[in-house]
Amino acid sequence: MKKLFALTSGIALCAGMAAANESLKGLIDDPNQWAIQTGDYKNQRYSKLDQITNENVGDLQVAWTMSTGVLRGHEGSPLVIGNMMYLHTPFPNIVYALDLDQDGKIAWKYEPKQDPDVIPVMCCDTVNRGVAYADGKIFLHQADTTVVALDAKTGEVAWSVANGDPSKGETNTATVMPVNDKIIVGISGGEFGVRGSVTAYNIADGSMAWRAYSMGPDSDILMDPEATTHLGKPVGADSGTNTWEGDQWMIGGGTTWGWYSFDPELNLIYYGTGNPSTWNPAQRPGDNRWSMTIMARDADTGMAKWVYQMTPHDEWDYDGINEMILSEQTIDGTERKLLTHFDRNGLGYTLDRESGELLVAEKFDPAVNWTTGVVMDKESPEYGRPQVVAQYSTEQNGEDVNSTGICPAALGSKDQQPAAYSPETELFYVPTNHVCMDYEPFRVSYTAGQPYVGATLAMYPAPDSHGGMGNFIAWDGKTGEIKWSLPEQFSVWSGALATAGNVVFYGTLEGYLKAVDATTGEELYKFKTPSGIIGNVMTYTHADKQYVGILSGVGGWAGIGLAAGLTNPNDGLGAVGGYAALSDYTALGGQLTVFALPN
Amino acid sequence: MGAGTPDRGAGPFYLMSPNRKVRPMKRAASTFFAAAIVALGLPATVSAQSWSDQPVDVAADHPQVAVAYDDGGRYYTEDDVPTFNVGEDGSVDWLTFSGFRRYHSECHVCHGPDGEGSTYAPKIKNSAVNMDYYDFVDTVVNGRANGNSVMPHFGDNQNVMCYLDDIYVYLKARGMEAISRGRPAKKEAKSDLIQENENACMGS
Repeated sequence: MKKLFALTSGIALCAGMAAANESLKGLIDDPNQWAIQTGDYKNQRYSKLDQITNENVGDLQVAWTMSTGVLRGHEGSPLVIGNMMYLHTPFPNIVYALDLDQDGKIAWKYEPKQDPDVIPVMCCDTVNRGVAYADGKIFLHQADTTVVALDAKTGEVAWSVANGDPSKGETNTATVMPVNDKIIVGISGGEFGVRGSVTAYNIADGSMAWRAYSMGPDSDILMDPEATTHLGKPVGADSGTNTWEGDQWMIGGGTTWGWYSFDPELNLIYYGTGNPSTWNPAQRPGDNRWSMTIMARDADTGMAKWVYQMTPHDEWDYDGINEMILSEQTIDGTERKLLTHFDRNGLGYTLDRESGELLVAEKFDPAVNWTTGVVMDKESPEYGRPQVVAQYSTEQNGEDVNSTGICPAALGSKDQQPAAYSPETELFYVPTNHVCMDYEPFRVSYTAGQPYVGATLAMYPAPDSHGGMGNFIAWDGKTGEIKWSLPEQFSVWSGALATAGNVVFYGTLEGYLKAVDATTGEELYKFKTPSGIIGNVMTYTHADKQYVGILSGVGGWAGIGLAAGLTNPNDGLGAVGGYAALSDYTALGGQLTVFALPN
Repeated sequence: MGAGTPDRGAGPFYLMSPNRKVRPMKRAASTFFAAAIVALGLPATVSAQSWSDQPVDVAADHPQVAVAYDDGGRYYTEDDVPTFNVGEDGSVDWLTFSGFRRYHSECHVCHGPDGEGSTYAPKIKNSAVNMDYYDFVDTVVNGRANGNSVMPHFGDNQNVMCYLDDIYVYLKARGMEAISRGRPAKKEAKSDLIQENENACMGS
């Protein structure tokens, strides 16, 4: 009897949770809210709101502002659920609940206690890409990998769980994605030899539902040797270990610190895995599967349906973690469920997201030179593999050799800063880096919890171009073509927003919020916020009025490489100091700036 | 935790480091311990700042810079502190070149390219000039914290400890503007002694 009771209550719980997720879906579908960091499950970052248009956006004004009280790099964006805004900060990962009905009064504030020892094991600043919402709870994934569920009304802790161990270099920068009755959680630490994984926790109590590693035995990576496919063929047995030497997969990297998307019809989640550890390719022979891979997994079980490894045996730190943007578009007369991904390696990929078939792989920055392109002939043994140019191969040039002039640099033609997609223009709006590098790998030894890098890099603006370090581009994912490209002085490190008003917004590292025409790219508005922008633009309504919000607060990878400016060692002495230093344009400071049209 | 409170202790690699054996072992070690003991009572002299740091006046007298002698391709001041050497043709000593490589593997993700600092970590090229050598070593070995600015401890990291003098002389050369940003174009050959020390320290 007791058993039966437990069983039925379990069923009731499941039904309740499914309904709760329906309510999140409803919030996501309501353009008046900003209920998920990625705008929607498709990661389109597109809003149906159309009060602000390409005709009137030039009149935009600052409506209100708020300091976060934190100086480090501010990535991600606030959420808006009903009358409440949920605003996060970098370490120490404060969450503010702001009541928009009371001019943003702080309804509650949550500040976790974290060991400061986690700070220096976070590669590249203590950023955090924001909270998530589902089932009346706010989910915060802290720097120290603690996942905490807060009551959205009171800020009380409902449950918390440790996803990793910072003493081994396991940390977190990403948001989580609520799906069905679970939240999907990733991990950082690829520069510390962490073996990447994705974990699903049950929303109800924080218990673990499944964990899928990026490499390791089949039981760890949740792949079926027959059913899971890579470019249409079964992955076979031991695919997560047989492209590694010995036990190297145990410190193999492939971390999962990017964005996640979800197709409710297929019940598949999509994400990418990061670089294999170390950055010295000679120390890890083989394809290093499944680092640098697009993953499609069942949301309930974690089993992989299909995978695609973009950069086998990485030689440049081209993490594959950037967002997977889902869209429905017509290719050759057939409407297909597509997945489009702008990889660090400089290639824009479009795949069929049901089957994993590769449809398009083209450079989205003409400067990209490490590859001549991806073999698209299905009959070729090289099908799906990028063809590496020997001159730029840090593997072929070998250890202790400085390979020069490689484009893009390790930070990629695009990093995590998410692109937007407008179903109206059928264009992707992509923030990009226009930076190249010299790369010299050398031997390193592994110590748990210590950096495991093994390469020296020098980065500089793409030579023989406009001299800037970034572009903001419009991309046709069906054909793989750049429609227009706006040169920027610095890398564009801000997530874009497209709206039904035919406007696209993005931020710049100098601190400008910019609005451009979605069709032509013409600049329509810009405003300089108090600090450089590495956050993502969001929009919502309150009292029937449309607002646009952006976090300022320079930092992150961009704040490291660009703070003092970049130099090209190959240009000779005369050019040293010839490039812009970000510190000449902006200073630290976390602030939310909210814009609206005048009344 | 100030610079002079090595609460985690020097790691074994530091004590085993053949770098310490180059000059009369006894003297180098005793100088280190004496400096550590003195430093215990002192607050951190260089606070963790970002984007602005104590500037270096390269024209001023810097006793930790001038080369007094060399020993198998390693250069020292008259106080036996490791230092850089730039030849008349612009070639740098091996340690400075090696330090460039190791710095950009282990340190630049916080302290920025060429020791220029980042939005949250200090311009360490200046620290290498302004700080006493033994304080510099102590900070790398044991780490340091100042609120939310935290320097990790590298005492048990061979990739850092076996190249600590390399990184130090490279940064000192940068702080003194003795070498420009980027990869040093010319360098002295790696001496047998340096290779032997490296092999012993890295265990290869």
